[in-house]
Amino acid sequence: MAKTVAETIRDLTREHLEKNNGLLMGQCITAVGWIQNTVPPHCVNLVELPMNDNSGPGMAVGAAIAGRRPILVFRFQSFLWMAASPLVNHAAKAKAIFGYPAPVFIRAIATEGGSSGPVHTNCYHSIYMHMPGMPVCAPMTPKEYEQVWDYYMKHDDPILVSEHRRCYLNSEEMPDIIMDGAEITLYAASAGRLNALEAHKMLLEQGVKANLIHLVWLKPFEMNARVMEPLRQTRCALVIDSTYEIVSACEHLAYTLMINTGFPVQALGQFDRTQGLVPRLENGTPVPERIVATAKEMVGMKKLWGKKSA
Amino acid sequence: MTTTFSGLAERVPDFGMIPGLAEACPKDRSLEMYRRICRVREFELQCKKYIDEKVVQVFCYLSLGQESFPAALSMTMMGSWVVPQHRGHGTCLLFGMEPAKIIDELLGLETGCCKGMGGSPAIHDISKKILGHNHLIGDNVPVAVGFSYAKPGEKTICIFGDGAAEEDYVIGALGFAATHKLPMLFICDDNDLSVLTPTRDRRTWKIHEVCKAYGMEGVDIADDPWLIDHYVREFQTKLPAIINVRNCRELWHQGTGTDGAPEWNRFQITRNKMIELGLEKEITQIESEAKQEMESLWLKQLQKLSETSHAST
Ligand SMILES: Cc1ncc(C[n+]2csc(CCOP(=O)(O)OP(=O)(O)O)c2C)c(N)n1
Ligand SMILES: [Mg+2]
Repeated sequence: MAKTVAETIRDLTREHLEKNNGLLMGQCITAVGWIQNTVPPHCVNLVELPMNDNSGPGMAVGAAIAGRRPILVFRFQSFLWMAASPLVNHAAKAKAIFGYPAPVFIRAIATEGGSSGPVHTNCYHSIYMHMPGMPVCAPMTPKEYEQVWDYYMKHDDPILVSEHRRCYLNSEEMPDIIMDGAEITLYAASAGRLNALEAHKMLLEQGVKANLIHLVWLKPFEMNARVMEPLRQTRCALVIDSTYEIVSACEHLAYTLMINTGFPVQALGQFDRTQGLVPRLENGTPVPERIVATAKEMVGMKKLWGKKSA
Repeated sequence: MTTTFSGLAERVPDFGMIPGLAEACPKDRSLEMYRRICRVREFELQCKKYIDEKVVQVFCYLSLGQESFPAALSMTMMGSWVVPQHRGHGTCLLFGMEPAKIIDELLGLETGCCKGMGGSPAIHDISKKILGHNHLIGDNVPVAVGFSYAKPGEKTICIFGDGAAEEDYVIGALGFAATHKLPMLFICDDNDLSVLTPTRDRRTWKIHEVCKAYGMEGVDIADDPWLIDHYVREFQTKLPAIINVRNCRELWHQGTGTDGAPEWNRFQITRNKMIELGLEKEITQIESEAKQEMESLWLKQLQKLSETSHAST
C-alpha cells in the first residue's frame, strides 16, 4: 500500500534523527499519538520542550546554528504567533545579518472544524510570508512532502512547512487538471486544494469547465509556464487557501498572478471574523459551494467585460 | 495506556501536611467547604455524562479530582478578582458565576457566556469579577498581573497549571508581580501533567521556588482542603504569594476518558476525614443536595436546548 503523508513524515524524520544526528523539538511530542503518527516513537534525538512558546523556538534556532537541522513541531498553528520573533527575526535573518544560516524545519499543523476553538482552529502560514528569508510551503501529498524535505536539506534557509491535518491520511498525488475550453483557472493551496477538487467537479456538473492548479510553494511563488499558461487561456482565476483572506497568502498570490498576466484574479479565504466553537460559528477553508458561486460570478463578469470591450 | 506518574517524592496526598488542621477547623467551615467541593464535583459529573451522551460536543477540560483548591480559595477570597486557567469550571462556579451561563456555553447556545465562541476554557463572568481565558496556556498570567497593577487596593487571584508555569511570559509576569508587590495570590494547579507529559519529562525546577527567589511568599503542598485553606488565610496579609497545589486529574486532559485510578482520590480522603470528624449525617445530606442541584440545573438548560433546536428547524 502507498505511504500516507503521515508515514512519509515519520520515515523522513526517523532517518534524519538516526542517520543525520538531526533533532526534533516540540511540546508533548512523546504523548498523545506521537503527533498524528508523524513522529517516530522513542527515537533518538527527540527533544521534549517544556511549555516555552517563546523560548522553545529560540532554542531550536540555536540548535540550527549549531548545525543540527532541527525539526520544530507546532501542534497548532496558533502557536506561530507566540513563536514568531526568534524564527522570523533571528533564523530567517541570520544569513543577512551575521552571514551564517539557521536552517530550522518548522512543521506547523493547521486544523479546522472539530470544535477546537477560536484560537487553535486555524491556518496561519500567511504571517511568516511577510518576512524575508523564509520560504513557505504547504505540501499535501507524500511526494510533495519528500520534495520539500529534499529542498530543505539542499539549502540552508529555515522553512515554514504548513501542514494541514486533513492531509495526513492521504496517500495519493494530486495532479493539476487542465481542460480544453476551460473558462476559469482555480489555484489552490493547503486544504483549499481538497475543497477546490470538489468544486471543480460541481462546476463541471453545472456546465463550467475549469483548470485546477495545485500550489505547494507559496513563497517564493514562481511565475513559470505551468502557473501562467492556464490563466492566459481562461483569462480569469481564483486563488483558494485555508487562511484568512485579508492580507494573506491567497491575496498575495492573486495579486502576483494579476500583475504578471493582466487578468483578473480573485482571492478566496476565510472570512474576516473570529470563528467560534460550534458549527454555526465555524469559519474554515472556503467550502466548495462558495468556490463554485465565486467562480461562476467571475466567469459571468468576464463575459460582460468581453461584450463591453467588443 | 496507563497514566505516567512522575514518581516524585512530592507526589503524595499528605505532602506538606500540618497535623490537626481539620480537627481545629470550625465544623460549619468544614461543612461549607465540603459543600463547595461536592457542587463542583456534581457539576463536572453531569457535564461528563452529557459529553458521553454527545449532548455536549465542544472540547471540555474537566476538573474532577481537582476540586479542593477552588473550594478552599472561595472560602476566604470571595470578592477578589479571579483570572482562571482553561480548566476552570469549578473556580467559576464557586466564585459566583451563574451555572446556567456555563452550561449554555458548553451547549454552544447564544445565551452562553461567550455566545458559543469560547467554550469550556473561556467561561467567565465579568460581572462576578471573573475574567476569561483565550485557550492559550498561561496567557492569562501576564493579563492578570497587568490587571492587578491597574487595580490597586483590590486582590486578584490568578490560576495556572504546572505546564503553564513553564511559559516564558508566565515567569516574566510573576517577576513583575513580585517587583511591584501586587496584591495577588497565584495558584499553580499542579496535576503533574501537561496533556499527558509528566513534569519529570519537562523540567527539574519548582515554580514556588522561582517565586520565592523573586521575593514572594510560597508553598508547595498537597491538595488537602484544610491545608490550602490554612495557607490562603495566612497569605492574605503577605501578598503576592503562590501556592503550588499538587492534585490528581481523574480524567483525560480533554474529554472524559481515564487511564486508570488517580494517584490518590482526594474526594474519598476528604470524605473519610469528614466522617472521622463525626459529620457523616451532614455530608450525606450535602452530597444529595449538590447532586440534585446540578442534575436539575443541567436538565433545565437542556430543555432550553431542545426548544432552541425546535425553533430553528
Ligand atoms: C500557549 C499554548 N501552548 C500549548 C498549548 C497546548 N496545550 C493545551 S493544554 C496544555 C497542557 C497544559 O498543562 P497545564 O498548564 O499543566 O494545565 P492542565 O491541562 O494540566 O490543567 C497544552 C500543552 C496551548 N493551548 N497553548
Ligand atoms: Mg497540568
